[in-house]
Amino acid sequence: MVAEKDSLYKERFDGRQFKELRPIKTAVGIVPSADGSAMFETGGTRAIAVVRGPRTLHPQHMQDSQTGILRVTYGMMPFSVWDRIRPGPNRRSEELSKVCEWALGSIVDLAAFPNSVVDVFIQIPQADAGTRVAGLNAAAMALADAGVPMKEMISAIAVGKCDKTLIVDMDKSEEDFHEGEGPTDIPVAVTSRNKNIALLQLDGKISVDELSEVIGMAKVACGEVLKVQMKTLKERTGELQDG
Amino acid sequence: MVKPAIPELQKSKIRSALNVGKRFDGRAPLDYRDIQVTKGVSNNAESCVSVRVGKTEVYCGVKLGVVEPYGDSPDEGTFMTSVELHPMASEGFDIGKPGIDAVELARVIDRGIRESGFIDFKGLSIESGKKVWQVFVDIVTINDDGNLFDVAGLAALVALGSAKLPVYNAEENKIEHKLSDTPLPLNKDALSFNMTFYKIGNAIVLDPTEEEEDIADFRLSVAFGDFEGKPRVTALQKGLVGVISEKDLNLIFDTVKEKYNTFFPKIKQLVWDE
Amino acid sequence: MAEERKIVIPGETIVSGSNYLPSDGTYRDGDDVVAKIYGIVSVLENQVKVIPLSGTYFARRGNTIIGTIVDITMNGWLIDFGGPNRAFLSLNEVPRYINKNELRDFLDYGDSIIAKVWDTKGRSIDVSIKMRGFGKVEGGMFMDVNPNKVPRIIGKEGSMVRLIRDSTGCNITVGQNGRIWLKGSDIDNEIKVRKIINYIVDNSVSVGLTEKTEEFIKNLGFTVNKTNLEQPVEEVTGESISSDEDN
Repeated sequence: MVAEKDSLYKERFDGRQFKELRPIKTAVGIVPSADGSAMFETGGTRAIAVVRGPRTLHPQHMQDSQTGILRVTYGMMPFSVWDRIRPGPNRRSEELSKVCEWALGSIVDLAAFPNSVVDVFIQIPQADAGTRVAGLNAAAMALADAGVPMKEMISAIAVGKCDKTLIVDMDKSEEDFHEGEGPTDIPVAVTSRNKNIALLQLDGKISVDELSEVIGMAKVACGEVLKVQMKTLKERTGELQDG
Repeated sequence: MVKPAIPELQKSKIRSALNVGKRFDGRAPLDYRDIQVTKGVSNNAESCVSVRVGKTEVYCGVKLGVVEPYGDSPDEGTFMTSVELHPMASEGFDIGKPGIDAVELARVIDRGIRESGFIDFKGLSIESGKKVWQVFVDIVTINDDGNLFDVAGLAALVALGSAKLPVYNAEENKIEHKLSDTPLPLNKDALSFNMTFYKIGNAIVLDPTEEEEDIADFRLSVAFGDFEGKPRVTALQKGLVGVISEKDLNLIFDTVKEKYNTFFPKIKQLVWDE
Repeated sequence: MAEERKIVIPGETIVSGSNYLPSDGTYRDGDDVVAKIYGIVSVLENQVKVIPLSGTYFARRGNTIIGTIVDITMNGWLIDFGGPNRAFLSLNEVPRYINKNELRDFLDYGDSIIAKVWDTKGRSIDVSIKMRGFGKVEGGMFMDVNPNKVPRIIGKEGSMVRLIRDSTGCNITVGQNGRIWLKGSDIDNEIKVRKIINYIVDNSVSVGLTEKTEEFIKNLGFTVNKTNLEQPVEEVTGESISSDEDN
């Protein structure tokens, strides 16, 4: 592992182990009129995902006669963070919508729904970092809940580095840790069966070896997340499941 | 779920049932569905609540900022309401800029709260002429099964009623990421509840489901509160193209008086968490 | 060995072995038969499929659907039965001769029909109302449920819908697409039946649903009648995912 004794980040602010995930809470079927929906909460971050579709895609010229289209819209609610976010799309939400769409697009199979669209809405009512990965975790469950065909599931986690310490499931206080080498934030999404990477971004600075190592940690963590997603879907009662 | 189009048969059935005072879920025409309030939906807000009436659900959060007051009211805070009719909540809502429905709803809720005097604007002054609190009420729809007008309006009241001022560091002109124990300055007695009446067939109805709301001829939102032991109207908004007869209006006013006695106390309980 | 009645999620291996044949809701990955949707495993001989717990309704030949006329063409009607597709009812598939000019007189925009799916080649879905018990709907009322709950409402070989019918006296036609038509003695009767159906939908994953439903029906003031096996059973198509635990 990493030489934490050299690092300025020796203990995590919330007392977790370096590879430890925050506590997870999940639920499925939370929006009655939707085709599928789910909630994924990790520590202070909560994400809701709602699936509507397959449904007719308008305008018509955007339709694909060979297959359905996946459309993902990510947004944060104005009151989700302490500094209020003005309602409406912004550049960040547009970028995150796209990377999430690519991630989910790698696992869904919409060949049975030509000329249709499957809309996935990811909304964040409360944020404490790791919003796009929480959103993806919720979205994967919501897509399953909606009966959308998928080759595999997808699970996601934000790993990273605080000064020289490699960590799993970064929270906001860690994203704001600016001592030494500062924070490096790496959201990763992994497919359940083939363990391929469907989402990968990095913001910070890290050596190639450390990067390799921390991605390995992300894959393990995503395996933990998958277990929780599976459990909720299999034990579905509409009640909140503790991870 | 994309359901098949509503057939004419169903529309006329809803109307004929209402003509004999019956609704498909067993309610009387002027009854509300069960109301559920959950607080603490976001811990990054001055307050954030979920309000569910039947299956209709919205989230509402209150956020505060510090700004310079408007020139013509140097001692008063500012207030702004936004409503997002989010496409996750209904097949009928589109992605993109707020449409007229969202704008109308936001403005109706805003007026009802502002004109009633519920918010103590002078109490929001920090330093006369220089700094005042700026209050944001943001509403996001979660599931639409009819009557978003009243559900969103109620959510705004509950959120305001449970909001606390953040800690403001005047020297550094900084709002700490911490709530004080001081509640948002409100004139409790000025609480005004928005009740929207819908004309369906020959009947006047409250709290319609989506199926009922879709065939309404007109809607009339009436915001009312307490004044000297009687209901006092603080806002009105008629929507849709159908016209209101004198008979309709009398029934609506009578119902307002009746609900003031039988239903408004329950609203007060929900807002003040008694 | 495939576990019958096991709930699987997409990407999960159901069984391994080249002797197994991947059917609906599954795909082959090397030796494995893998789930492609969230649902319940069903193995018939060596055919492995996953029955969806949710998701869009796919029209199948022989299904009964209830839909609304949304368009009229030169030689038939287009029906909205939920979802992005439309079903087509041809002039030739109605019980009597209709002149091309009389289309609207027979079935107009906004009318509702109970129809049988007779062909689903490619994207077009063809229906017919020639048979007895099908055609334009008059009277009564509709309710919509998630199509995946329909098997629970129909019950094993129609037992659940028969239970409701016999106890309440209400006529019920359940469309596989999730729309249900009720025609009772009066509106109060229909409102109660709606409550019963909502009860089944809300408790669809429960064990012993039949007993619980019987209790619910009794509490509404009806007498529960066990069905007479000699009574004609109307087509009550649809895969029932209610298992033996249900009784």
